[in-house]
Amino acid sequence: MIELTNQPIDIPQILERAQQPEAGAVVLFLGITRQFTSGRETAELAYEAYSEMTESELAKLEAKARSRWPLVECVIVHRLGLVPLAEPSVAIAASSPHRHDAFEAARWLIDTLKESVPIWKQERWTTGAAEWVHPEASMARSDVPHALAKGQTPP
Amino acid sequence: MKLGVKLFAAARELAGQGEIEVEASPGADVAELRELLAEQFPQLAALAERSLIAVNAEYASDNKPITEGDELALIPPVSGG
Repeated sequence: MIELTNQPIDIPQILERAQQPEAGAVVLFLGITRQFTSGRETAELAYEAYSEMTESELAKLEAKARSRWPLVECVIVHRLGLVPLAEPSVAIAASSPHRHDAFEAARWLIDTLKESVPIWKQERWTTGAAEWVHPEASMARSDVPHALAKGQTPP
Repeated sequence: MKLGVKLFAAARELAGQGEIEVEASPGADVAELRELLAEQFPQLAALAERSLIAVNAEYASDNKPITEGDELALIPPVSGG
């Protein structure tokens, strides 16, 4: 299940969805707006997405995770717009019969989401300055042909 | 051909708009689009160099040909999650 929302993330609803009788393990990851980054203080974060492409890329992530691990449920919710301190911007829940797979899948999902999904974060510092985050070590152009040749979403 | 390119985040701010129009010759590929974009919108050049381009909401390699009517987007390094 994939969702983009401008509302606060509904964690109980996500867990209820992930908890199924066949799943002995549920792993929940929350990405939270953190107050300090490299000595600077964040007032809030703002997220923007290329929504249509984000939905298709998240759907690909879910499909890939389900093909790699025996998941009972896979939930990815990303919040857009303003996200205040200590609130989640992203939630990922993976459930599986045994915990090894749920842990691995959840970790892979967040790691891969952060590299490949067209969503951008703007840091809004307490100084009043704001900057879009465009890291140097994101997916490189050279990764694309390799990933396309393998029939995958680029890493 | 006139190509509409969606812009996001810092690219959108640098250009001052969420979509720009780039002039390209028929048969242009993604690599050429990136060059033309940098020429026609110099304020985007540095970021465009580090960005991917999506064609019809899929990441495209540099040699992918572009057809008029394709949905194009400049994808600067992402920072979701």
